[in-house]
Amino acid sequence: MSFPILSLMLAIPAVAAVACLFLSASAARWTALAATLIDLALGVVLWTSFDVGGAQWQFVEYAPVFGRFAWALGIDGYALLLIALSVFLMPICIGASWQAIEKRVPEYMAAFLLTEVLMIGTFAAQDLFLFYIFFEAGLIPMFLIIGIWGGVNRIYASYKFFLYTLLGSLLMFIAMLYMSITAGTTSIPVLLNYDFPPQVQTWLWLAFFASFAVKMPMWPVHTWLPDAHVQAPTAGSVILAGVLLKLGGYGFLRFSLPMFPEASASLVWLVFGLSAVAVIYTSLVALVQSDMKKLIAYSSVAHMAIVTIGLFAFNAQGIEGAMMVMLGHGLVSGALFLCVGVIYDRLHTREISRYGGLAINMPRYAILFLLFTMASIGLPGTSNFVGELLSLMGTYKVSTTIALLCTTGIILGAAYMLYLYRRVVWGEITSEEVRAMPDLSGRELWLLVPIAAAVLWMGVYPESFLAPMRKDTQILLARIERATPAGDSRPTKGTGIVPVAHAETPATGHEAPGSAH
Amino acid sequence: MDYAANLAMTLPELVLALGAIALMLVAAWGGPAATRAVSWTAVVVLAGACIALTGPASSGGSAFYGMYRADAFAAFAKVLIYAAAAVSIIMAPDFFKRTAGDNLRPEYPVLILLSACGMGIMVSASDLLMLYVGLELQSLAAYVLASFMRQDTRSAEAGLKYFVLGALASGILLYGISLVYGFTGSTLFDEVAGAYAAAPLTGNGKAIGLLFGLVFVFAGLAFKMSAVPFHMWTPDVYEGAPTPVTGFFASAPKVAAMALGVRVAVEAMGPAHDQWRQIVIFAALASILLGAVAAIGQQNIKRLLAYSSINNVGFALIGLAAGTPEGVASVMTYMAIYIVMTLGSFLVVLQMRDEDGQPVETIASLAGLSRSRPGLAAALAMFMFSLAGIPPLFGFYAKFAVFYAAVEAGLFPLAVVGIAMSVIGAYYYLRIVKTMYFDEPTAPYGRGDAVEGGLIAVAAVIISPLGYLLIPALTAWTLAAANSLF
Repeated sequence: MSFPILSLMLAIPAVAAVACLFLSASAARWTALAATLIDLALGVVLWTSFDVGGAQWQFVEYAPVFGRFAWALGIDGYALLLIALSVFLMPICIGASWQAIEKRVPEYMAAFLLTEVLMIGTFAAQDLFLFYIFFEAGLIPMFLIIGIWGGVNRIYASYKFFLYTLLGSLLMFIAMLYMSITAGTTSIPVLLNYDFPPQVQTWLWLAFFASFAVKMPMWPVHTWLPDAHVQAPTAGSVILAGVLLKLGGYGFLRFSLPMFPEASASLVWLVFGLSAVAVIYTSLVALVQSDMKKLIAYSSVAHMAIVTIGLFAFNAQGIEGAMMVMLGHGLVSGALFLCVGVIYDRLHTREISRYGGLAINMPRYAILFLLFTMASIGLPGTSNFVGELLSLMGTYKVSTTIALLCTTGIILGAAYMLYLYRRVVWGEITSEEVRAMPDLSGRELWLLVPIAAAVLWMGVYPESFLAPMRKDTQILLARIERATPAGDSRPTKGTGIVPVAHAETPATGHEAPGSAH
Repeated sequence: MDYAANLAMTLPELVLALGAIALMLVAAWGGPAATRAVSWTAVVVLAGACIALTGPASSGGSAFYGMYRADAFAAFAKVLIYAAAAVSIIMAPDFFKRTAGDNLRPEYPVLILLSACGMGIMVSASDLLMLYVGLELQSLAAYVLASFMRQDTRSAEAGLKYFVLGALASGILLYGISLVYGFTGSTLFDEVAGAYAAAPLTGNGKAIGLLFGLVFVFAGLAFKMSAVPFHMWTPDVYEGAPTPVTGFFASAPKVAAMALGVRVAVEAMGPAHDQWRQIVIFAALASILLGAVAAIGQQNIKRLLAYSSINNVGFALIGLAAGTPEGVASVMTYMAIYIVMTLGSFLVVLQMRDEDGQPVETIASLAGLSRSRPGLAAALAMFMFSLAGIPPLFGFYAKFAVFYAAVEAGLFPLAVVGIAMSVIGAYYYLRIVKTMYFDEPTAPYGRGDAVEGGLIAVAAVIISPLGYLLIPALTAWTLAAANSLF
């Protein structure tokens, strides 16, 4: 592929971001919407022209313009899906900010477009340091978004977000320097097949873990997330939950697992332990929240723990399930934050107790909110079911205990989400303010309905999303096979169909070892 | 070697010295009326010195019986010094014109030229006494510049403080030089290096003498770099001196002192690598930590930038600690990017003034700058993120280079501790951004000068991601410079 479509996808929002700074508020809104829609269209082109099952790296671009490292872009199935998620959510974010943001609109739109550039760049980078630059630079626009357009306690939240994630990333940076010096290359595809000595791997793995665990976020370094979410404007929360949290999971998938398989295997206990604590602890914390955004933020931590256990299950179900949870959670949590934003725009409070009985005067809202609530719980037919089931199945093969502990998260998830829904939507309308709230406007429907469609699509026909990453998972598994930890579940093959007497052909080859006649 | 060849190699210093003397005469006859003409002529003289660098001055080798080195390393440092000096001259007139008190006098550009000449000698010196002469020429001019606003008590205090502490540091340095001379029998770098290589550096009395000499020389140099624990003068002098002078102090002399330190470490004391590395590592980590922690509580932007300069010197020293050609190249890369960031920051500080044109220096006065002067606020935010080393700004590459060198040399603990402490530094840089972007606006600043605005824009473009395109050229140039030392 000679046409630099990835560079174009980076250039359009970048140029639009600069342009926005010189435009009026309304022109900046339209420019941002146009730029994100063009990127969405390019994303569709990217997906349709992606050769499923073809070369591992597609749309490769390489220009050694930086001397020590290169402008190297290229995507595999994982990156494709996450880029698709980013470009899908971006126009929705712009739309969600259309009326909610009134002050300093040009800067706001510029910051969002910049975030889009950096997200796509992170997923598409094929050079270690190019990845780091995109990965780390995302802090700047997010810092500004939270700090300028955030809630009451925005300054504390923005500092915490910035410094927390910075500290983790810097350790990863030193590890990257070491890797590039030792391996003599900064190319990610080459490094993916470079074998570091196991002793060194452990240190490198821990350095990367410091970064990705904070980004993910994993318990106990998740505390920046509720603060950042609560204070960020609605669209900021959507992009934070929808895409930025996926950077951690993507990092594990792209770096930790294939580059340090031995270390990953030997530290599985750490990931599993933290994840299990996260699922149960943060679910319980979510149960007692009185702030809607905080509740969804804690539920994000719990869902991300399902991602980490799936990733470190070392089998196809776990890894593909983790990716599906990432995609599903990106859509669902983004949609839930939008749902919160819709009523926040009307009543300007996130206190759950101020609402109630919305089903009476906002029926359309209630239906969509119900769909996303169910998706968050992982109801069959919605996106999260596929991912969570696969992820937990994969985990079961490695550790039955962890699978048991993490599955309780599903039950607790149902508890806190249904409890939230009951308090906000069911019941009687208690205050006149709530009674005066109008149902979803056309603009809001345009934001939520596409996500709802995608959520159902993922739940009903997940093959569209599993197909692009199937080959990458096989490559990854071939790479980490030698380190795969032994599972404790000891699954045995079934006995197959018992041959009947008058079978035409004896089923010799199909007989499983466990079948006894 | 005949005199013509020697003089050809020292042409930049000759241009500067003769230019300074000629302009001094113009100043004496022309008086204050000639200030603007003298200023622009001084910039032309600096440009001339840059052009003079293209000849034997950058490749001639040794001049004056080994006392002076005309190599690529000196040439690179001189380009940075001359550029910083020129910017310092350009940004002065507007400041002095509107600030109550003294007007700009034509001696200002002349003193900067003399200082630049002294710095040129510093970075080219390959003899301990030559080094001292260059350093004193630079310092004496700087003492006068610090107290240039004679009616301002803070400026006078800054000059006096700088002078007293500078004299003390010179004494320490001279004492170290005398010890080195006494125990090696020479002041030439090559012969000193030979003596360090010959003597076992542990056990006997001679070794102790050599080590003491080394320690004192590094202490004296650390003062000039304002590396912890010899940094105490920096915040006071930076705060008291007129802002253009502070900008000058934070840029050109830092480059000169750093280049001088590198040359002494590598050329004169290369064989004692293990000994000075400990000093450099301590100074680096202490500078990063103190520069970061002490800056947190500052209310004055110039004091904050003083601590920021201490912090940055610490990072540059990490490259020196590596002690490899790549390490030296990374120090020069760091300094090149650092002077752009720091001069840009000081140019923004120059724009901080009330409606009457009087300078305002409190950080609180920056509140809401993003609404009253969005361009200026964006530029300062870029400089701050860049100084903090956050990608995609170019300051990240400076840190990349030094940490790359440190990791390559196997200094993992240094790299990890150094980079972890940079998070503390990020906090106070963020505070400036927060004040400008998150806080409610206060009284807006007066309008600025077009030339200064242009310079800020140039600095901002270099610091922006576009700067990454300079990396191949910068790498080649700094590596050539570094290799000329080894």
